[in-house]
Amino acid sequence: MAHGAVKHDYHLVNPSPWPVLTSLGLFIMALGGVAYMKGLFGLPQGNLLTLVPGFLIIVWTLFGWWGECIKESRAGDHTPVVEMSLKYGMILFIASEVMFFVAWFWSFFEMVIFHGHRATGMDVALYPQLADWSSWPPPDIALGGEEAGHGGGFHRVETFDPFGLPLINTLILLLSGTTVTWAHHAIAQGDYKGTKLGLLFTVLLGALFSAFQVLEYQHAHFTYDGSLYGSAFFMATGFHGAHVVIGTIFLFVCLMRMMVGNMTVKNHLGFEFAAWYWHFVDVVWLFLFAFVYIAPRFTLGG
Amino acid sequence: MSTEPTIKYEAVADDHHGGGTGGPSIWNPARWLCSTNHKDIGLMYLVFAMFAGIIGFTLSGMMRFELMEPGLQYFTGEAGSWGDRHTYNVVTTMHGLIMIFFMVMPALIGGFGNYFVPIMIGAPDMAMPRMNNISFWLMPFSFALAVLSMFVPGHGSAHGFGGGWVLYPPLSSLIGHNGPSMDLLILSLHIAGISSILGAINFIVTILNMRAPGMTIHKMPLFAWALLITAFLLVLALPVLAGALTMLLTDRNFGSKFFDPAGGGDPIMFQHLFWFFGHPEVYIMILPGFGIISHIISTFSKKPVFGYLAMAYAMAAIGFIGFLVWAHHMYTVGMGVDLKAYFVAATMVIAVPTGVKIFSWIATMWGGSIEFKLPMLWAMAFVFLFTVGGVTGVVLANAGIDHVLHDTYYVVAHFHYVLSLGAVFTLFAGWYYWYEKMFGIKYNALFGHLHFWFMFVGTNLIFFPQHFLGLQGMPRRYVDYADGFAQWNYVSSIGYMITIVAMLFFFVGLILSMIARKKAEANPWGEYATTLEWTLSSPPPFHQFNELPVVKNEAGH
Repeated sequence: MAHGAVKHDYHLVNPSPWPVLTSLGLFIMALGGVAYMKGLFGLPQGNLLTLVPGFLIIVWTLFGWWGECIKESRAGDHTPVVEMSLKYGMILFIASEVMFFVAWFWSFFEMVIFHGHRATGMDVALYPQLADWSSWPPPDIALGGEEAGHGGGFHRVETFDPFGLPLINTLILLLSGTTVTWAHHAIAQGDYKGTKLGLLFTVLLGALFSAFQVLEYQHAHFTYDGSLYGSAFFMATGFHGAHVVIGTIFLFVCLMRMMVGNMTVKNHLGFEFAAWYWHFVDVVWLFLFAFVYIAPRFTLGG
Repeated sequence: MSTEPTIKYEAVADDHHGGGTGGPSIWNPARWLCSTNHKDIGLMYLVFAMFAGIIGFTLSGMMRFELMEPGLQYFTGEAGSWGDRHTYNVVTTMHGLIMIFFMVMPALIGGFGNYFVPIMIGAPDMAMPRMNNISFWLMPFSFALAVLSMFVPGHGSAHGFGGGWVLYPPLSSLIGHNGPSMDLLILSLHIAGISSILGAINFIVTILNMRAPGMTIHKMPLFAWALLITAFLLVLALPVLAGALTMLLTDRNFGSKFFDPAGGGDPIMFQHLFWFFGHPEVYIMILPGFGIISHIISTFSKKPVFGYLAMAYAMAAIGFIGFLVWAHHMYTVGMGVDLKAYFVAATMVIAVPTGVKIFSWIATMWGGSIEFKLPMLWAMAFVFLFTVGGVTGVVLANAGIDHVLHDTYYVVAHFHYVLSLGAVFTLFAGWYYWYEKMFGIKYNALFGHLHFWFMFVGTNLIFFPQHFLGLQGMPRRYVDYADGFAQWNYVSSIGYMITIVAMLFFFVGLILSMIARKKAEANPWGEYATTLEWTLSSPPPFHQFNELPVVKNEAGH
């Protein structure tokens, strides 16, 4: 706390080493990433070990930083007005995440809606293979088949049947939305057993979703590097998958904190944020399911 | 957690070797490295922006000296070695990126925003002081990556990325630049983006949740309004750039086909995503300046700002419409004529709220007893020069005309009028306006005036002739040009030399004022400097408003 007679409820945070250390970790990880992708400073390309130092620093700093937050919260620094700030902050963070997903959806929609235009204009005379990309489903050049271009005849993308595994995954995620709400209501009423149970189910459902997603990826009849379709599909669903994993970890941390009695009826902001995040992940999936899995299949066939 | 060193300041009531009143010694590195104080973080941002600005300014000098005469002067290295013609492209690219991401944004948003928004709204600090610190510390590391990218292979043996600050594929794809340089640049911008998003979230939360009792949103100073709108633009626009950059990164390294026509991808898609970020970005750079100018003009005209609410909502309108006009940067990609008609019309609409701002500034001055103090000179020059840049913007908004002028020096002249003579002038206006407040000493008025006049003449001499060059058809980003363009290029380079002198005056004045250490007043500008920072000492105490100020009926604008 600051010196002098402080007559307000805001939280003047003590100086902290974590921000600068986290920045350093990101810097080292970025260098490691470029070394992994391209080779840098004599480090050979393709060695995942180059990512490790930065990653370890970041994990360390995250524990330190968030540990500090938890400590402050338990020390009573999070007054109602500070809690309100944190809530606004989380909402805005999720808003920025939404805009991140806008980029993937934009890319996907551009392909689905305008792929016919790939073959309009004068380019076709020069590049006859453009005709292949103007039909649906698009070709996949990484899967081999006949020579690309000149009227097709090579392997085409086979999109997923949305009413198989994707539908099951939708139901899993929707169900997990209800279990997290169960946990939320339970903690609000001081029913910690119910909270733990609800959280446990949510974490398990989240893990199940991720496992099914891996299974689905293994059965894909298209590739990330084979066409824009594969790229956009895997980027959008993969990025969502990464958010599911992060959300699952987030909820798992809340479960652990419940176990050690770290959260109470009145003081469970971390859990609330995990729940918000989880609902956000849920909603993004509904958009993916509707617009990436179902809509193209119905309108264009697949 | 076991890993939990907590650094605590020794409680200091009023130590005299410290900066300002209270706070730890300024020679204590932990004060800066571990800072959770909005004023310290704001100062670090300003110092960082100054440092990056020197580098960005040096890069522009490399261009102006090369272009002083036709033919190759300095970039004569053997192809593939440092100092070849490709290096010129690297210089143009990095000049743009550094000035935007590492000079203007850190100075206006991180620097002045951090320092003055909490004070103006009567808050003791930012809402999330620790997150504020990471917003700053990401910047030097991001900058290090960007600078490093100039010295590692870009394409083959050629060093650095030379595809322009807009990073269009295929120049930024493997075909264009297959080396690690572009990857470093992508990650640099990712990190700068994280920094800006976190900073923006902090500003929004602070402004929405921490206004002093009685300071309703309609009584909030215009600079806080400007930062609020800027922050919303950042939160909504930057993630889209991050998405585009991520796609570019995986296109380059993991074989995706987002921007590769051979896989059904579309390079134009990148341009859409980039400019969906890029257009709000230009307002991100200018809106904080709008806020600063409103305060300065009101202070030195000795009148409240004309049309306060209209000024605030004009900025909101500019921010909102700014999201709807991105494709006016890409008229020449082959879009349909209907689409062009829409983007022309939407772009023209922005001139309306911008006109509201310009005319309100003029109306504020109208009938006022104007004091031509140094900040006011910068502010008035800004109003005039930004209007010039705005008018050429209306010219370029017309798709038909833009087909001729696209990628010519006319465009270069236009955006330097709104940025170098717009945003940068607001930056210096704010610098001199708040200098006493921030540092507790008076600026050197003589050198300040010399700085202003040399900068005014110099920058105009650089950029006004570039309109002529553009209209004559000189393309931008070329290391050499036809002899017919020689005369105005020569004039432009002379302008650059005058600007060097201006910058020398700036730094010498800074040093002289630090030697003289003339004690600052709490409010040197008189009763029309009405915002809360003038109620505090200069510099303000390490933690202001331990007891929150209560805003009465009179508004703080």
